[in-house]
Amino acid sequence: MNFPAKFGQMLLSLGAVAIALASTVLAYQASLIPSSRLMNPDELVKILQSSKSEKPLMIQVGSHVLYTQAHIPGSEYIGPASGESGLQQLRQRVQSLPRSKFIVLYCGCCPWGHCPNVKPADDALHAMGFGNVKVLYIADNFGADWVDKGYPVAKGD
Amino acid sequence: MSNRILRALALMVVLTGLYFVARHYHNGAPAGMRGTGSEHSMAPNFSLLDLTGQRIDLSSYRGKVVLLDFWATWCDPCRDEIPHFVELQETYRGQGLQIIGISMDDGPEPVRDFSRRFKMNYPVVMGDADTGELYGGVFGLPIAFLIGRDGRISAKHIGATDISVFEKEIVNLLQSRADASSPHS
Repeated sequence: MNFPAKFGQMLLSLGAVAIALASTVLAYQASLIPSSRLMNPDELVKILQSSKSEKPLMIQVGSHVLYTQAHIPGSEYIGPASGESGLQQLRQRVQSLPRSKFIVLYCGCCPWGHCPNVKPADDALHAMGFGNVKVLYIADNFGADWVDKGYPVAKGD
Repeated sequence: MSNRILRALALMVVLTGLYFVARHYHNGAPAGMRGTGSEHSMAPNFSLLDLTGQRIDLSSYRGKVVLLDFWATWCDPCRDEIPHFVELQETYRGQGLQIIGISMDDGPEPVRDFSRRFKMNYPVVMGDADTGELYGGVFGLPIAFLIGRDGRISAKHIGATDISVFEKEIVNLLQSRADASSPHS
């Protein structure tokens, strides 16, 4: 094979690797979650405080150390969803639930665009047929967007 | 009459006490939990084992400028910062800079692997919920504290921060006089 052909092949290979890497990175980017599946913190607070609204099953899918410091009262810890183990636990938790169940997923470990946990969790639930899932939009982190705003928090497991 | 006055005073004391208790527990978050780790306050001391099993006491670094970095291996912005922290440690170690990484990972194994791959040249200890609460609550990452030679928190950075900001603050702090001696000086 002559040099130009070899060079072209190498470029194609590098391009394929780059696309594969980019896809892997983008696969977990929270910013790709459609806005229709997002919920702002103040909306969730209103639902939790209302006596009439259906209360969701709230699941924190991030860090256990961060969860034990502060989490939304009544939420459960199942994570981190960036790993297969966390995803398996999530699937087991919801397996027996009706597919219409109102579920809210949240993390708050990192700035929204860098969270590795919420999108895999959201994707997993939709793949199982859950259609009433919202992801809590936490722009910066759980401290800034929930605790510092005076919303209810609980500690421990 | 005096009984009436005494009863009124007792009631005032009770009501005042209830007021302060209510303030302490507002919205389920104890105010004290968020009060520490603020700028100009003394950096809360801790004593934790690093990845080599050596005990790291923050107080033993009095007299040095300390960059305390709360991070985790799964946190992308944290991973981006660490190579720059390695450079800063190398550059300013001789002038009195000590960086300490506090990993908020759930276990040490990924941290050891990460530390080796990124050639982290400063101590890394395993933090937990108690460590986070000591610093006012670490509810997201990264969070970094700059501590002056006097042991006081000089700055708190929440989220990814440009390394030039850290470097400028570190240089300023290194230039200030040490107020206390340190066994590590």
